[in-house]
Amino acid sequence: MLKYIIKRILLLIPILLGVSAIIFILKTVTPGDPARQILGNSATEEQVQEKREELGLNDPVIVQYVRYIKNIVTKGDFGDSYRTGEPVLSEILPRLRTSGIITIGAVAIGAIIGIILGIISALKKYTWVDSLVLVISMFFQSVPEFVVALVLIMIFAVNLHLLPATGITSAKGFILPMLCIGLSSVASYTRITRSSMLEVLGEDYIRTARAKGQTENNITYHHALRNAMIPVAQSIGTSLGNSIGGGMVIETVFGVPGVGKYIVDSITQRNYPSVLGGALIIAIVLTLINLIVDISFVLIDPRLKTTIIASGAKKPKAKAA
Amino acid sequence: MAKMHTPAMEKIEKKNRKRKKPVNSTPAYEAWKRFRRNKTAIIGLVVVGILILIAIFAPLIAPYDYTMQDYTAMMQAPSKAHLFGTDAYGRDIFSRVIYGTRYSLIIALFCTIAALFSGGLLGIIAGYFGGRVDTIIMRIMDIFQAIPMIMMAMCIVSVLGNGIPQLVAAVMFASMPTMARNNRAAILRVRGSDYIESSEAIGVGQVEMILKHMIPNAAGVMIIFFVGFLAVSIMMMSSMSYIGVGLAAPTPEWGLILNDGKAYITSAPYMMFFPALMIMITCFAFNLMGDGLRDAFDPKSK
Repeated sequence: MLKYIIKRILLLIPILLGVSAIIFILKTVTPGDPARQILGNSATEEQVQEKREELGLNDPVIVQYVRYIKNIVTKGDFGDSYRTGEPVLSEILPRLRTSGIITIGAVAIGAIIGIILGIISALKKYTWVDSLVLVISMFFQSVPEFVVALVLIMIFAVNLHLLPATGITSAKGFILPMLCIGLSSVASYTRITRSSMLEVLGEDYIRTARAKGQTENNITYHHALRNAMIPVAQSIGTSLGNSIGGGMVIETVFGVPGVGKYIVDSITQRNYPSVLGGALIIAIVLTLINLIVDISFVLIDPRLKTTIIASGAKKPKAKAA
Repeated sequence: MAKMHTPAMEKIEKKNRKRKKPVNSTPAYEAWKRFRRNKTAIIGLVVVGILILIAIFAPLIAPYDYTMQDYTAMMQAPSKAHLFGTDAYGRDIFSRVIYGTRYSLIIALFCTIAALFSGGLLGIIAGYFGGRVDTIIMRIMDIFQAIPMIMMAMCIVSVLGNGIPQLVAAVMFASMPTMARNNRAAILRVRGSDYIESSEAIGVGQVEMILKHMIPNAAGVMIIFFVGFLAVSIMMMSSMSYIGVGLAAPTPEWGLILNDGKAYITSAPYMMFFPALMIMITCFAFNLMGDGLRDAFDPKSK
């Protein structure tokens, strides 16, 4: 087990090197001079040159890249934002908290609605209720999140004046962003719950429970649901990691000061240290969450040990040609 | 024993003769038969068909030029003259939405074809050759996948600038890992079949093998990705242009029309209602169709 954890953490290294390399390449091919950007148009050519020297922009790209990686590894320094001059890490950490709250809320909303719908459609399988539930959940999956956001803003902020349209000044501000991200994930939870429930309901122990005279309610909620929740819980775990980086559009629409909006703003301002730092931190958080989720599932349900560890291990070689 | 010829027997014979009519039973036809039975999928197909017609005949349907600015009719609510109202520059929103269908569908189609050719090709190569080639390609794809798709696309657009070809390139790069992974899986499924081994044994060349034996047999699954990805690229494109990266101003793309109306959401919500509705209808229709295709081509996966 320990070996597996170490292996997973080691796998993070090439991915982070690759991610930073890709964004470094993008940074170098972008037109415009960051030094000029920081100093503004009024700066003299000399000042700009000085700044370039200070930022190390005159060095070859490879040297810049190696220095960047070295600073992260030795000092935990992800560079300074071009715009504010503050360290990227200290700018991102508080935003990570905001994004984290929204993610957790969104996953909770999505999972609760999805599980309920999934149970309903499994119990009423192949009826019109089943089809209706699937069509509704697919609707939310297929409509872009920002369109759902606009509709919710129109209803709750413009017409009913119940919730603020943008910004997070109170806890109320979190509701709409959470709801938007949550609704778009309902479909996947519904599908997983439905198929998992159908599978479990066909098991022998369900027949045994029926045979010994358990009530249908008891069978559904105590015998079937508990066992059917394992794959659902797993997918909740993975989507926790994925939606941290996926909230970029919604955070921008609602003006939420989270990591996603930070990165979008940095991209439009060509503030590359922030883009790079944001991408790396998201990649690290995502991988760590996935690792924690996988490990906790092995601890909860030892049967999963083989599947999880095997899927992370080297895949069996393809059939020799 | 001689055949009896009672009236009842004749009736049965007649029925049997009718039944024996040779059925055209290619895999594609079988898939179509399954698809046809799926009501929601047919609704999706019909809506997509209507959208394509709107895109083709946009100049005939749209009453005004989509760039025409009429300063005597700015920000008018929907009326007979302007079905969906006008925007802050006096442009007719109905015409813009109609032309938007053309732009959105064509750009989405280009994005999907580009993605299929780049990522898809990588996936096919990885799946076919296996071994070291597979490992190298897929490890690179892992790196790409660690960056969220939309963030990757936005970074690329910020380098290349706003515009249609740039957007297509951005979506192509961003979707490469997903496309590669899906197509690799599709090829791997075919790879293990007996007929591939037989063709290998009789010495069919590699290019011919991929083009003639593997891709046609994996085509069903690939069509599913294709239609699904059309919806994904419309979603991505409109999300990006809504937050201001992707396409440049006068293009009547739905996300951009929404972006134009953003400032007036309280005073003139009709400006955003219709483009948003079009995006919803389009994405939903493509997904319904894609879902039906999945059941049709891949009945086991249900």
